[in-house]
Amino acid sequence: MRLIAALCAGGLFGAGLALSGMTDTRRVQGFLDLFGQWDPTLAFVMGGAVLPMALAWRFASRRTRSLSGLPFPARPAVRLDTPLIAGSAMFGAGWGLVGLCPGPALATAATGGMPVLVFLIAMAAGMLAAIPVRRRSGPAPLART
Amino acid sequence: MLEPEWITGLLGGLMIGAAAAIYLLVNGRIMGASGIAGDVLDGTDPAGRAEKLAFLTGLLTVPLVIHLFVTPVLPHATGNLALIAVAGVLVGLGTRLANGCTSGHGVCGLSRLSPRGLVATGVFMASGIATVFVLRHVWSVI
Repeated sequence: MRLIAALCAGGLFGAGLALSGMTDTRRVQGFLDLFGQWDPTLAFVMGGAVLPMALAWRFASRRTRSLSGLPFPARPAVRLDTPLIAGSAMFGAGWGLVGLCPGPALATAATGGMPVLVFLIAMAAGMLAAIPVRRRSGPAPLART
Repeated sequence: MLEPEWITGLLGGLMIGAAAAIYLLVNGRIMGASGIAGDVLDGTDPAGRAEKLAFLTGLLTVPLVIHLFVTPVLPHATGNLALIAVAGVLVGLGTRLANGCTSGHGVCGLSRLSPRGLVATGVFMASGIATVFVLRHVWSVI
């Protein structure tokens, strides 16, 4: 059940990215171009995505386990630390540079040709480079409830 | 400004949110693209590896099927491979340090009103906007 649900979730995520136009880097950069020809589409996508997920979190808060039996992810402690801020700033810079973030890059892996392949290889290298830092800072502590 | 794009944007967004809801309610996991890809890559969380691979299989194949049989799914990314490589490293390193990207911190974090998700989303949005501003309107390179 978990494998099928994960496969469906991945497929639905990819289809949603394609339908919303978020697989198109021009549209993403158009949203980030707040001081030029601003394209608000990404805000509608984000709003649309937050709605069902907010309902899902409400539903999850009344139960202890997911349908497959795994407990729901615990709320992480509110730790607004350097890795979170610096990492997000780096991610945003890379996102702005070419208009690709991990989801859409993976969704266009088969159709995007050389640019997307180079992006994914570089992204993998960046992820591997983060291992020593991740090891040092340890897993995120969980909130005491 | 409000052309049909906002409708497809909203519908696509609802699908993305529904995908995240399935992954949470059935699998008990947070749907974050950088977390799923990064964990598979570096071997974090071996117990969840199979379902993460299943997720990635769906994410890679469904847009390809749409591209082949329905409508083109093209990123129209720049051909400047040096720029692409720099961006890829920044995105990979940054999302792993911050433990999330647009899907994990953005969609899943915002909908939970998670302080970390709210801060991360604010920072990467601001950083992305600043980057596009400088590169497009100051240096005119993108």
